[in-house]
Amino acid sequence: MTALASRSARTKTVDSRRRLVVIGNGMAGARAVEEILARGGAVQYRITMFGDEPYGNYNRIMLSHVLAGEEDTGNIFLNSLAWYRENNITLHAGVRVDKIDRFAKLVFSDDARATPYDVLVIATGSRSHLPPMDGMYTPGGRLLPGIFAFRTIDDTTGMVSYAQQDNHHRAVVIGGGLLGLEAARGLQSHGIDVEVVHSGGHLMNAQMGPDGGAVLRRSVEALGITVHTGSRTTAILGADKVRGIRLRDKPDIDCDMVVVAAGIRPNVDVAVTSGLPVERAIVVDDQMRVPDEDEIYAVGECVQHRGEVYGLVAPLWEQAAVLADHVTGANPKAAYLGSRTATKLKVAGVDVASMGLQAPERDTDEHVVFSEPSRGIFKSIVIRDSKIVGATLLGDSRKVAYLTQAFDRGLPLPDERVSLLFDIGGPGEEAGVAELDGDAQVCNCNGVSKQALVDTVAGGCTTLAGVMDATRAGKGCGSCKLLVRQVVEWAADGAVEEDPAAAYYVPGVPLEKAALMTAIREQGLRSVSAVFAALAPGGAEDAKSKMGLASLLKMMWAGEYIDERDARFVNDRVHANIQRDGTFSVVPQMKGGVTSPEQLRRIADVADKYKIPMVKLTGGQRIDLLGVPKEDLPKVWADLDMPSGYAYGKSFRTVKTCVGQEFCRFGTGDSTKLGIEIESRFQGIESPAKLKLAVSGCPRNCAESLVKDVGVVAVEGGRWEIYVGGAAGAHIRKGDLLATVDSPQTVTLLAGRFMQYYRERANWLERTYAFVPRVGIEHLRAVIVDDAEGLGAQLDAAMQESVDAYVDPWTERDDPFTPGQFRTSLPLEVLPQVPVR
Amino acid sequence: MSAGLSNAGQVAGLHVLGPLDQVPVGEGRAFGVAGEQIAVFRLRDGSLRAVSAVCPHKGGPIADGTIDQSVVMCPLHQHAFELDTGCSTTGAGPLRSYPVFADGNRNIVLRLP
Repeated sequence: MTALASRSARTKTVDSRRRLVVIGNGMAGARAVEEILARGGAVQYRITMFGDEPYGNYNRIMLSHVLAGEEDTGNIFLNSLAWYRENNITLHAGVRVDKIDRFAKLVFSDDARATPYDVLVIATGSRSHLPPMDGMYTPGGRLLPGIFAFRTIDDTTGMVSYAQQDNHHRAVVIGGGLLGLEAARGLQSHGIDVEVVHSGGHLMNAQMGPDGGAVLRRSVEALGITVHTGSRTTAILGADKVRGIRLRDKPDIDCDMVVVAAGIRPNVDVAVTSGLPVERAIVVDDQMRVPDEDEIYAVGECVQHRGEVYGLVAPLWEQAAVLADHVTGANPKAAYLGSRTATKLKVAGVDVASMGLQAPERDTDEHVVFSEPSRGIFKSIVIRDSKIVGATLLGDSRKVAYLTQAFDRGLPLPDERVSLLFDIGGPGEEAGVAELDGDAQVCNCNGVSKQALVDTVAGGCTTLAGVMDATRAGKGCGSCKLLVRQVVEWAADGAVEEDPAAAYYVPGVPLEKAALMTAIREQGLRSVSAVFAALAPGGAEDAKSKMGLASLLKMMWAGEYIDERDARFVNDRVHANIQRDGTFSVVPQMKGGVTSPEQLRRIADVADKYKIPMVKLTGGQRIDLLGVPKEDLPKVWADLDMPSGYAYGKSFRTVKTCVGQEFCRFGTGDSTKLGIEIESRFQGIESPAKLKLAVSGCPRNCAESLVKDVGVVAVEGGRWEIYVGGAAGAHIRKGDLLATVDSPQTVTLLAGRFMQYYRERANWLERTYAFVPRVGIEHLRAVIVDDAEGLGAQLDAAMQESVDAYVDPWTERDDPFTPGQFRTSLPLEVLPQVPVR
Repeated sequence: MSAGLSNAGQVAGLHVLGPLDQVPVGEGRAFGVAGEQIAVFRLRDGSLRAVSAVCPHKGGPIADGTIDQSVVMCPLHQHAFELDTGCSTTGAGPLRSYPVFADGNRNIVLRLP
């Protein structure tokens, strides 16, 4: 103590500023300090902060993105350690404060330090609530391995590494609130089967009523997450680590890990032991001051204000501003009068907004409800005396900004209540944005107001991406992105620059496809490196752009293309599809899905000889040999002695066919023969995205022609229907009828002409299911069938040139194109070992 | 190799990985050096870079990645890493980077720390 006293006496002589100590370095503590600094607080105060996590201040809301692997922990810091240095803040990270001596004005911390203060701010936040369950702790008193809370960076990284262990497949999340659903969704992204056990009667019962909860449950279950409501967990099973959980009145659930997300509790220990008034949390008045303590303030989730304890981020911003007004004396009249909490979030990919009451309470309350469970949409608004007193919106956030403001400010409502839920001739989106007040918060995660966005635009930043980077708006849960875009567009008043990069064919060359092709042709650029040198800013290469350019140049120049192998994706360098373990899959060509005993025998021999771990039939009627190491590819191809099936490229893949009229008693056209002809003609043609085709011999459509990029159906009378733009993968779309023609030759001609038009006009990676509706089937019919623009001959000739340039890539087995083309990149054992001298 | 792994002092320093021509311009090849897997890239300007060969995200083969003058993109999930530092530009963990150059005999020489 003497040493301390003499040291503080000495520093006092050189620094006459008062000492501000902040207990807690989370979002509330750091925000309070930011607000204090913004009011010139650095002139008045020397600032010291204590945080019991060993980090700078980070955005806790982003932890669900870290869990899902979408963000790195490094990217979620709001204040880096450099920020503390630059603002001359002494940060004690990883140090916990145990006690406050209110009379001596000292703070005691667990590193045996006593720190004097003139003004104290308590911002200790919350911790996860772990409800008591049998078997939670080991005999040594530690949490059983496999049990996790979900509150801190360490919780999150611990969960990720546990989930990624190979022997862990199943998780149970206890708690079906916001955090629990985020945890469930995040764990799923690590390949874990997740079940949510919720003691409440419906999901997110703090934010919504049973009807909304039922719609949300449907949406969550559609993601593959099993939900148990009304279920209380009584015990964790497993002696050495988590093996399962026991439920009251229900069968046990086996699992490898348990995440407890059953709510939060304010951290009040230091306040209680120091004799400060604590009820459910630390009591504060409208100045954010602890009653009867002139120099002690508290802020954030650890405070109770007028009986309310908030667990959301928005009230914290308001509290921090009021606190800073008083601490610095900037506005002695400032008062915090409580927050009307409106939540707007993306929970497990579902937009959720909720504010005020969940349901009507009085007979005179109006209740406007719309429910469409199959689309995951639910909207409920409670109106009292013509003002909104509560709202819940699920699955559609378009009216949220307007409703939030109407709720916050008690705005008069339109007589036609249904227009609260939908835009029916009422003010559109833009009017809605214009009506928002400047201080209306647009991004709740990062506390960005409409005015901050408007100022950024006025400062010369006129792209959505630029504004988002500058303000961090939309970089939390992401649910406000649409609103951010609207505000930016409104603020720029039509001068908004469409993110130019969005229209580029590839990100590294600032040209749209048509302009890029013109430049390539005019300047005779026949290699990817030549395109970069001539057209990229500073002539700089761009890894993300190489594959798209290689495809485009091959299409444009065919046989004259200068093939630089480094521009290709690894699949196209080794003519096989890379798998998750770095091995490859081999799919030999099997035209129209027709094979022979001799071919099958050879495939079987190859599978035996190379110990192929899996032999699988593909959706395109071929045979896939999976798990082939790169160095075996040339030998496998040689022994197969079949051409490549191109199952790895952005290219023409396969033609699926049905049995056809030769054998099928319903067949009306020789679909098998036509399928083989089409595949023989267009094999290996590269395109902006893959092309999957089919030919069916009758309208029963056994080859699924209606959901193919190009699908052909034989109909009675020797005629053939050609459908384009179908899909049945991640996206489902029935193809549009391009034409009905009389002969197989015309089918081949028009299919080729369509594919060439697609190759020349579609954006990189734009499948036909997006391209066809974008340009319109009528336009395609005019160009391709009626030749309205006179392009027919040119398209046919360009396609013929590509057809003529075809070479089976698997012939490279005898003569590798580059040194070490088939040399392994993994694993270590078979790498060439360099002797250690 | 086991001796090399057990004694770091013995393996630190320069390692000759053989002729430069093993690595085509613009591509990478993997090498096992003293028990470590290292991807060596030959940039289009002729210079070399070396980083650890296993993607920290899901174990992808970095040597099979696509490069430009500054980054390599892992072929499995397109995480990108700076070739000079190994730091990820897409939020993955870092790769290790190693000094590497071609000597007067056009051999690749790598320095282990």
